[in-house]
Amino acid sequence: MSKKLVTVSVNGKKEEKAVEPRTLLIHFLREELNLTGAHIGCETSHCGACTVDIDGRSVKSCTHLAVQCDGSEVLTVEGLANKGVLHAVQEGFYKEHGLQCGFCTPGMLMRAYRFLQENPSPTEDEIRHGMAGNLCRCTGYQNIVKAVQYAAKKLQEPVAA
Amino acid sequence: MIPPRFEYHAPKTVGEAVALLGQLGSDAKLLAGGHSLLPMMKLRFAQPEHLIDINRIPELKGIREEGGTVVIGAMTVENDLITSPILQAKVPLLCEAAKLIADPQVRNRGTIGGDIAHGDPGNDHPALSIVIDASFVLEGPNGRRTVAADGFFLGTYMTLLEENEVMCEIRVPAFAAGTGYAYEKLKRKTGDWATAGCAVVIRKSGDQVSHVRVALTNVAPAVVRVEAAEAALLGKPFNAANVQAAVEAAIAACDPAEDLRGDVEYKTAMAGEMVKRALNKAWSRCA
Repeated sequence: MSKKLVTVSVNGKKEEKAVEPRTLLIHFLREELNLTGAHIGCETSHCGACTVDIDGRSVKSCTHLAVQCDGSEVLTVEGLANKGVLHAVQEGFYKEHGLQCGFCTPGMLMRAYRFLQENPSPTEDEIRHGMAGNLCRCTGYQNIVKAVQYAAKKLQEPVAA
Repeated sequence: MIPPRFEYHAPKTVGEAVALLGQLGSDAKLLAGGHSLLPMMKLRFAQPEHLIDINRIPELKGIREEGGTVVIGAMTVENDLITSPILQAKVPLLCEAAKLIADPQVRNRGTIGGDIAHGDPGNDHPALSIVIDASFVLEGPNGRRTVAADGFFLGTYMTLLEENEVMCEIRVPAFAAGTGYAYEKLKRKTGDWATAGCAVVIRKSGDQVSHVRVALTNVAPAVVRVEAAEAALLGKPFNAANVQAAVEAAIAACDPAEDLRGDVEYKTAMAGEMVKRALNKAWSRCA
């Protein structure tokens, strides 16, 4: 079975690799690019631990072929912080204790990052529906909601000149 | 879990996809959103030698109006149904129902055409397509044909779509003013298939029902349009007795399989409840 050449931007860096067509994006990120932030959880598109951003949309990378990303821009949790400064959603999860074991956190962060662009001032109900594709087996949902609320507020603040 | 090996093809036009299907025959499968096919491949329930990825065919995406008909590209994803101003104005049932399908991430990949063409009785668009009187445009080696949603679904994973055809469009008549609609779906959790679901479209003339469609999700080997339930209401006043007659007709049409969502008796009873709720909600929206 012939390999396919994939050219993809990951966290702003251009990557070019020959991949087997059956390579899932999550394995491409973790094993080819050594980006182990996105986690392999259920492998059946339920849990959301593998969530990344592809061309401005949240996607579960366990159910997406790497070859399908040819020409795309992918953002993973490794690309969220800017020069060592945490992104607002990361700060929110830190400040509001939005994680316990931390396994679901990379997916939670990536979904929260995109969700707050889709809906910058969400209600609590909207947060719960917007984050419904991410499961936390520690069941720390109360603080995850608070973390997203924290980030929403922070992102609304005027940026210092 | 990694899918078995396959050759990957990414045609740019429907014509190229149809030609590939013709060349590769039954060793090939079309890849739409992949949220049914890739999990099935991981589990070795499906082992196609070739995947024809139709995600790079622009003509299969998007929603437009042609006179009084809304035309939805088969590769339009669920989240784009939800946010479509055309659908919100002309076929709002699809926007509301798509929110009950899967979860936000999966709705960025799952397509309306994939949901329909897969022929899974647990999928939601079969029942929705039937109640909105949709028709499907299918392209094969001999050109295009259009088939009605009602009659398209033959059984579990069996539809009128031939192996050498690509589903291109879902065509839906815009709702007439005052059309009532509802989709009631009982599910255990976000992302689950329906334990039982019911789609309804209804119109009134005075206090009488002048048009009604009732279809059920996941309570039989394929989607069920319950014509006996429609007959219990059509041309009659909408009252508790007639609704109950429709519910009983729907219950009689159920043939669910027992699974972790419930046994046959429970699923059948829940189907009746979904019919009742959907009819009452749809009627309350009628003008």
